[in-house]
Amino acid sequence: MTPTEMFTQQIETKGTHVERALLPASRRHFLQGIFSASAFVLCARVLPRPLHAAAFSTTTELVPSIDSAPFHPGVYLGIQTDGTVLIVAHRSEMGNGVRTSLPRILADELDADWSRVQVIQADGDQKFGNQDTDGSHSVRDFFDPLREAGATARVMLIRAAAQQWGVPESQCVADPVHFVTEKNSARKLGYGELAAAAAKLPVPKKEELKFKSPQEWRYIGKPAPGYDIAAVCSGKPRFGMDVRVDGMLYAAVAHPPVLGGKVKSVDDSAALKVKGVSKTLPIAPFTPPHAFQPLGGVAVIADNTWSAFKGRKALKIDWDNGANASYNSDQYQKQLRETSRQPGKVVTTVGDVDAQFVKGGVVHEADYYAPLLAHASMEPPVAVADVRGNQVTVWAPTQDPIALRTEVAKELGLTKEDVICHVTFLGGGFGRKSKPDFAVEAALLSKQTGKPVKVVWSREDDIQFDYFHAVAAMYIKAALDGHSNDQGKDHGKPKAWLQRSTFPPIESTFVKDAQYGSAGEMGLGWTAIPFDVPNFRSENGPATAHVRIGWLRSVANIYHAFAVQTFANELAYLAQRDPGEYLIDLIGPARHIEAGKDPDTDAKYPFDTARLRHVAELAMEKSSWGKKKSGNGWGQGLAIHRSFLTYVATVVEVEVDSSGAVTIPRVTTALDAGIVVNPEMVRQQFEGAAVFGTSAARGEITATNGIINQSNFNNYPVARMNDAPKHVDVHIVESAAPPAGVGEPGVPPFAPALCNAIYAATGKRIRELPISRNGFS
Amino acid sequence: MVHLKINEGAQSFDGDPDMPLLWYLRDILGLTGTKFGCGMALCGACTVLDAGKAIRSCSTKMSTVDGHAITTIEGISANGPHTVQKAWEEVNVPQCGYCQPGQIMQTISLLTSTPHPSDDDIDEQMAGNICRCGTYQRIRAAIHQAAKETA
Repeated sequence: MTPTEMFTQQIETKGTHVERALLPASRRHFLQGIFSASAFVLCARVLPRPLHAAAFSTTTELVPSIDSAPFHPGVYLGIQTDGTVLIVAHRSEMGNGVRTSLPRILADELDADWSRVQVIQADGDQKFGNQDTDGSHSVRDFFDPLREAGATARVMLIRAAAQQWGVPESQCVADPVHFVTEKNSARKLGYGELAAAAAKLPVPKKEELKFKSPQEWRYIGKPAPGYDIAAVCSGKPRFGMDVRVDGMLYAAVAHPPVLGGKVKSVDDSAALKVKGVSKTLPIAPFTPPHAFQPLGGVAVIADNTWSAFKGRKALKIDWDNGANASYNSDQYQKQLRETSRQPGKVVTTVGDVDAQFVKGGVVHEADYYAPLLAHASMEPPVAVADVRGNQVTVWAPTQDPIALRTEVAKELGLTKEDVICHVTFLGGGFGRKSKPDFAVEAALLSKQTGKPVKVVWSREDDIQFDYFHAVAAMYIKAALDGHSNDQGKDHGKPKAWLQRSTFPPIESTFVKDAQYGSAGEMGLGWTAIPFDVPNFRSENGPATAHVRIGWLRSVANIYHAFAVQTFANELAYLAQRDPGEYLIDLIGPARHIEAGKDPDTDAKYPFDTARLRHVAELAMEKSSWGKKKSGNGWGQGLAIHRSFLTYVATVVEVEVDSSGAVTIPRVTTALDAGIVVNPEMVRQQFEGAAVFGTSAARGEITATNGIINQSNFNNYPVARMNDAPKHVDVHIVESAAPPAGVGEPGVPPFAPALCNAIYAATGKRIRELPISRNGFS
Repeated sequence: MVHLKINEGAQSFDGDPDMPLLWYLRDILGLTGTKFGCGMALCGACTVLDAGKAIRSCSTKMSTVDGHAITTIEGISANGPHTVQKAWEEVNVPQCGYCQPGQIMQTISLLTSTPHPSDDDIDEQMAGNICRCGTYQRIRAAIHQAAKETA
């Protein structure tokens, strides 16, 4: 029996065992009363359970596994005889709403009653397909497979009913919800009653399936609250931080202050005197490239988190900081800017920009800069690992449980199959929790102590030892058309556009000394621009990383959109045109952009400028663009960007006082993400993206002698209630196009729209982030 | 020995008096609804009520809570969801949810001292609670909703 099957939880209420999940949903609210009573004792125990009886529970509820249901065609669905429909959410819940959106896709095609659906969080297992919850592709990748799973089960239930009644299948329909009815007699059987019979039928081929038409959808496209909302508002979900396993030890790790640093010597005598601390253990430095390996250092083992933190503070470590101690952000910025002014590696060429530049005329050029950023998800990295011989169980708030299993196995000299990964709720992720280094620390320490170990990162660990969003310098040069004489429609449009971007690439995390961006990074807003420009060249310059570089919500789109959308705004003013109308002209005629395609783009998702233009016009209309004159400390700014296959336009409205303090009364975002599964959650994602964008425009990570200068929310400020946008209005374009991403695409246009608004309000151009570098706050 | 009440139940603690209340609640009592976010009273994820008033448990030493009555997120809904929790559900506030227990506890404290807060009151009193998912406008709406319900 594996630990997965063994792990479960019981809730003891004054000696009464309440197996909550086995009760219907309507009973859950009632039970909250019992659960919340002050006298209860919450007790997590490892109990022997029958094979496959229970899956990992993300709340304190007992959760059955799919395989324990009598009818479970495929990996995503199980139906119990009481009619409970179990649906797997195989991707990670971190506020992205996948525990609601994915199961609702399946439930829709199944014609299941949503109130009788129980969502099961999947362990890391390749049978579910890709589980790496980043890149905004949960819905777009699994829309079809989950519909297929639902349609498969529906036809089997219908066939089971038809057999039972001895009537043709065509006489039976899945109606009302959760029942199969015979059309002529109105006889009906519930899904639970049919489960056992359906299980005996062969699974139909895909060609036999009948999919519902969009008009028949009951959940897709309809707003719904989060599946877990009641639990979340009661503090019940188990985040990684909340996992407790019997006999568990707690650990805090003193990491080398500089990437690649090593311990020269350590004096742990004071640490060992701290009450609760039992021992210290070394963690070996990584072998470059660092990838997902732990950073190394010294771990303090204790019987609670606080003692581990206190013990770590008492360690006296002499570090060898290594080569990256030469890294200073000011100097590095100069290098990046200089590199961006030199010819780089060509990414895309259309026409001949050089020939156009030689012709002379009006030329405009500008440099842009955006700093390193930290993820700072509210839940810092944390993981529990239990290593027993060759069997490893990890509980972690991970975005990528397969990467976690692979990395833990590699570091322990095991195979991936030896490692079980239970995915907890994630207190935010934003890309940080795709990297399992912190879980590997827990596994290494569990192996050494022979006990389950929980590694807890402090906020300081989280900010200083992040996989940072890259710092970047960009240079753009354009030759303009008819600037001085023609006041017609194309007035001031560029005939040639050259852009060059330089940043330490994500590749540097996986390939030692990598200096150039991957096709993936360049595809995030740099291989192509959505503008009608006959001559275009995009380049990438080299940069060496001195900190770990990772991906953060929308990744390279952040700095690329900042440069391109600010530059376009500059061109509008140069042409003395309304920046909104000018941008619409720049997008130009309706067409599919073929050159320098986004790697995600294929026949299913062409880059369609008509859709981009539509969201721009919608955002302008809904924001009352141009109705009020900008200036005197008030202004509107617009930016557009397509990322993760979704078209977004954002108008930011600002008020700037005489001290440079910026407030954001309103943000208006229009988006076209194709078919939207849950519009309510799409709105939430875009509301949140405006706040995230505000933080990105105000935040900055810097290093001195290789050591990160920021450490907590006092010196790495993120948006708060009183400085976030006051209202974010989100407008979703109705579309029949295939579903696209929604978690990330709201972020890239925000900073340029904000900076364009500040320009409209004050006449001061921001080409360097954070905005504080330009006298604003 | 520190004696205190947690969600109306009597408790005693004889460990490290420097231990923050947060870690006592989480690691010793297993009340994990109260979250760790920063350890420096900068983010509000650890907010609990001390005699009905919001405090940051991550920066409150056990030595300072002798004789106090502490309420955590687990202790506010003995009779079904609290008005604030209901408002949170109606407005569909949470995204990842990690900060929300702290936001809810801070709101309960706010509505006790200011039953009908203005937007400015809310901004001021909620500014210590960070939500990285960016649910602020829904939090503001839910607070107004809860204030209406309480009236």
